[in-house]
Amino acid sequence: MSEHPILETRSLGKRYGSRWAVRDLNLLVYPGDVFGFLGPNGAGKSTTIRMALSLIRPTTGEVRLFGRSLRSDRSAALRSVGGIVERPDFYGYLSAVKNLEIVGALYGGVPARRIWEVLELVGLKERGNDRVKAYSHGMKQRLGIAQALLSDPELVVLDEPTSGLDPQGMKEIRELIIYLAREKKKTIILSSHLLNEIEMVATRMAIINKGELKVQGAVQDLLKSGEYRVLITGEPLAKIGSVLRRHRRLVRAMEPAETGMMVTMDREHVPTIAAALVRANVRLSGIIPRRSLEEYFLSITENATES
Amino acid sequence: MVRLIFVELQKTFLKKRTYLGFLIVLIIVPLIEVAMKLEGGRFVTNAFRSVARDFVLVGNLFNGWLVSYQIMNSLWVHIPLLVSFVAGDQLAGEATSGTYRLILTRPVSRTRIFLAKYFTVVLYTVVFVLFLAVLSIGLAVLLLGRGDLLLFSRGGQITILPEGEVFWRFALAYLFACCSMITVSSIAFFFSSFVENAIGPIVATMGVLITFMVLTALPVEVLESVRTHFFTYYLDIWQRPFEDPISWERIATALLYFAGYSIVAVAGAWAVFLRKDILS
Repeated sequence: MSEHPILETRSLGKRYGSRWAVRDLNLLVYPGDVFGFLGPNGAGKSTTIRMALSLIRPTTGEVRLFGRSLRSDRSAALRSVGGIVERPDFYGYLSAVKNLEIVGALYGGVPARRIWEVLELVGLKERGNDRVKAYSHGMKQRLGIAQALLSDPELVVLDEPTSGLDPQGMKEIRELIIYLAREKKKTIILSSHLLNEIEMVATRMAIINKGELKVQGAVQDLLKSGEYRVLITGEPLAKIGSVLRRHRRLVRAMEPAETGMMVTMDREHVPTIAAALVRANVRLSGIIPRRSLEEYFLSITENATES
Repeated sequence: MVRLIFVELQKTFLKKRTYLGFLIVLIIVPLIEVAMKLEGGRFVTNAFRSVARDFVLVGNLFNGWLVSYQIMNSLWVHIPLLVSFVAGDQLAGEATSGTYRLILTRPVSRTRIFLAKYFTVVLYTVVFVLFLAVLSIGLAVLLLGRGDLLLFSRGGQITILPEGEVFWRFALAYLFACCSMITVSSIAFFFSSFVENAIGPIVATMGVLITFMVLTALPVEVLESVRTHFFTYYLDIWQRPFEDPISWERIATALLYFAGYSIVAVAGAWAVFLRKDILS
């Protein structure tokens, strides 16, 4: 990657007493990334994001935003960053507009037009003058995204942005993230434990577990690596099984599944197996890759747990 | 910085809780003054009975100034509680509501946010004391008129302050009251930087106040050398402008102590706030 990273963490660590919440974390987020930041609950995602937004002081290492150190050049580093950290909390006794005016003042002031623009973007224009305490959780979540976008930042950090939303709300937020990335060219860090959410929108990702980085890279590259699993469907199932047994050199594992046979093998052997099945007069109806992010995530985090 | 201060003022003065202290004063002061008017100056007659045997007292002694002085005399212990409502909430309130996350992720230094908040605390304290002053003096003068201020000083001395001098002495008294209340606010602000709910700082401030007051008042020889170092020893500073002559030396000492306590409290709060990890 020749570009300079927008966000870089160098040996970042946070210790509470004797427990390391995050340890020796080296993340790289490049311009244009939709960066999925994954990890099980308690893995250290929120601690990392809080350090990246200067809410928590690191015990070791540093965060650099746009090439600037957050420790020594905080204000300049945060100028082009907007974020939402966990729950979206606001001054409930004030309207959404007034809340955004307060946030805007912390950037040196934003015009009223911009406030209404972001409210429209998240679908809250009609309720802009209502007090936030009357908002539902979903509305607060959307207002959280509005405040993150208020200063038109280059980097948007979204920590669990769909938490507590209904399926429709989750879909809307997902679409908004895709819109921001593709149309508005924002770089987005999306922290979530909802894997399908990351799979749908992320271009690069990192997985952390117990505060340590496990993998980092382009989503497609990471999913291609390692073992390849396919679901072979067709009839008769017994013949599929016998063909696979004859090619046990190529097949690492197989097990009957509800609609066919789940097979583990290297990707390059798939055409050979398909040809053998056709030659054996199997009525082949599908060879479906089953290498999902969920399986990948579990393999990473479970391996880590076992070790 | 002006913009930040404006933001903090808006956040504070658009919150209903901010007006709780004002509401209490708005109820209690008229209540006392109306009750005194209905009483018809009987307490003055009782207070000056011994004097009246030897002197002829002329003019309106039971007047608005006297009543206003009495109100100040009876409320100065309670006002600290009312000012600590807002001062104690200023930092802890952000932690309680989770809004630290909203304001501390912006390209503004924590020091500037801290200063804007402290300025708001000071301004609130001054406005609150001035509100008490205007309401107490204004209503009392309206109900009972004006006149000379006749006071019993410590040691049974009688001080008669001519009407022409009373106003500026009251102005000084409330100015010094502002200083003492800013010290109380600063202490509440200090406690506010530690905790994540607003009740803690209020209770802690009252705890400090009561402890210091008890230590100040206890007639124990061991405490003799230290009691003058407690800020509570000087809380009655507002009474000094009504002395004749005014003991400026004691006032200067009191103001130095108030400044010292305030600086230490605010510096401590600043150090805590700068290093604070926002986990709420």
